[in-house]
Amino acid sequence: MKLNALGLAAPIAALPALASAQDVAAAVPTDVVFILNSLLFLVGGFLVFWMAAGFAMLEAGLVRSKNVTMQLTKNMGLFGLACIFYYLIGYNLMYPLGTWGIEGILSGVWGTAAMEAVGVGADAVDDYSYAATASDFFFQLMFCAATASIVSGALAERIKLWPFLIFTVILTAVIYPVQASWKWGGGFLDEAGFLDFAGSTVVHSVGGWAALTGALILGPRIGKYKDGRVHPIMGSNLTLATLGTFCLWLGWFGFNGGSQLAMGSIGDVADVSRIFANTNAAAAGGLITAMILTQILYKKPDLTMILNGALAGLVSITAEPLTPTLGSATIIGTIGGIIVVFGVPFLDKLKIDDVVGAIPVHLMAGIWGTIAVVFTNSDASLGTQIYSIIVVGIFVVVTSSVVWFILKATMGIRVSSEEEINGLDMAELGMEAYPEFTNR
Amino acid sequence: MKLIIATIKPFKLEEVREALTEAGAKGLMVTEIKGYGAQSGHTEIYRGAEYAVNFVPKIRLDIVVPDDLADTVVSTIEDSAKTGKIGDGKIFVLNVEQAVRVRTGESGDDAL
Repeated sequence: MKLNALGLAAPIAALPALASAQDVAAAVPTDVVFILNSLLFLVGGFLVFWMAAGFAMLEAGLVRSKNVTMQLTKNMGLFGLACIFYYLIGYNLMYPLGTWGIEGILSGVWGTAAMEAVGVGADAVDDYSYAATASDFFFQLMFCAATASIVSGALAERIKLWPFLIFTVILTAVIYPVQASWKWGGGFLDEAGFLDFAGSTVVHSVGGWAALTGALILGPRIGKYKDGRVHPIMGSNLTLATLGTFCLWLGWFGFNGGSQLAMGSIGDVADVSRIFANTNAAAAGGLITAMILTQILYKKPDLTMILNGALAGLVSITAEPLTPTLGSATIIGTIGGIIVVFGVPFLDKLKIDDVVGAIPVHLMAGIWGTIAVVFTNSDASLGTQIYSIIVVGIFVVVTSSVVWFILKATMGIRVSSEEEINGLDMAELGMEAYPEFTNR
Repeated sequence: MKLIIATIKPFKLEEVREALTEAGAKGLMVTEIKGYGAQSGHTEIYRGAEYAVNFVPKIRLDIVVPDDLADTVVSTIEDSAKTGKIGDGKIFVLNVEQAVRVRTGESGDDAL
């Protein structure tokens, strides 16, 4: 994204295509452009930060009460680790700024992220024509943390705390940044013409693939699939799950809107506005579709599916939130909603136990969103989109599998069946989220 | 004295309480319970997978009344809790040997 924007910010000022935009761009002083771009990153960044709250609440609500403290602990832990390891390794791995170790594939920049000096002036900032480096780091870091958050929900209620957190370290330090560099760092997928505006593939499907490999290697929760039947395991608190979904929805405005990566011209601000409106429309389309479909299929609307439907709509629009009209954004979200309603029972048929629906929402809808770019953006090619989905998928599945298998062989990734039945809260943490509630 | 135990549909509680007060019952103990009888269970769907609800939510009433009021209370509950559909509940009547009001030490019918 960083490179894209560097490429994007200049043409907006220079392109003669839109005469009025050019005049206005010329009227905005460079200082102001710098300030506005940085502001977009900061506002976008703290909105995406709030998605961490969304994931935590969604997951806390969809696990049983005996596992709530553990789920919240994992969400806190993974966020802190993502912040540290993206700083230590990930940021420079993701944005080599042209310095490749292996051209287009692996960054040649090893080292920690650095900010500009305190009280820096226009003469000494890293990129006076663009934005503050720390604002970019802060924004990008939140995306990395969001990727890690996706994984925790799918593996809930049975994975051990520390092996999960070690996986998070590898994911945020290496797996996520390396593949993100292929697109947003100006690597070979970007060169090939792959389009992924805010990360249907780069963020969501990556989290989804990592979750899928984890769920396969970890196995389903005890009692979920028995005697050839699926036994639903109800979430403990749909109030929290709904709050979490709204938090994620709010955060998505920063996720997609901030990915415009520039706010220093009328054209950019108008685009950011389009993105906000489209993002919102897709979520609405996804949730209403899930509501109607569950009513038709199951005679009653299923709130957990409605929540997943809203999120699937958001994931679907993430690869291209700018070019669709409000109508096409709604339709793109609608198809995301359909994917979730059929994707959840499909995974159950395969006996893949995904506690919160992370795989249908982030992986399946992420793939759909990446393909959907070709319908509204004439620069996209279907072949390149599919090629990139497959390349990223193979990379993440292979690297995550290696990490999961090493963890399984060395420290074990799953709690004992007794600990699982008693709940991870007491077994691994010795404290409960709702200590005065009855046992379930 | 008689102890009357009744299970009723939860949405009927308010109606039954009003009818019992009118009939002269002075106290009522209420518990939320789950169970099954002739109504048995039913199935629901969560995230696309069917599951059985084996225990149906009910309200349990415990009422202790003097012997002469027992038949009235039973018929009052019967009338006010009835919908005519399966799952309306059951009423049981048991003998009570003694009752004591803790505050005053009164016993028997005076304690009710």
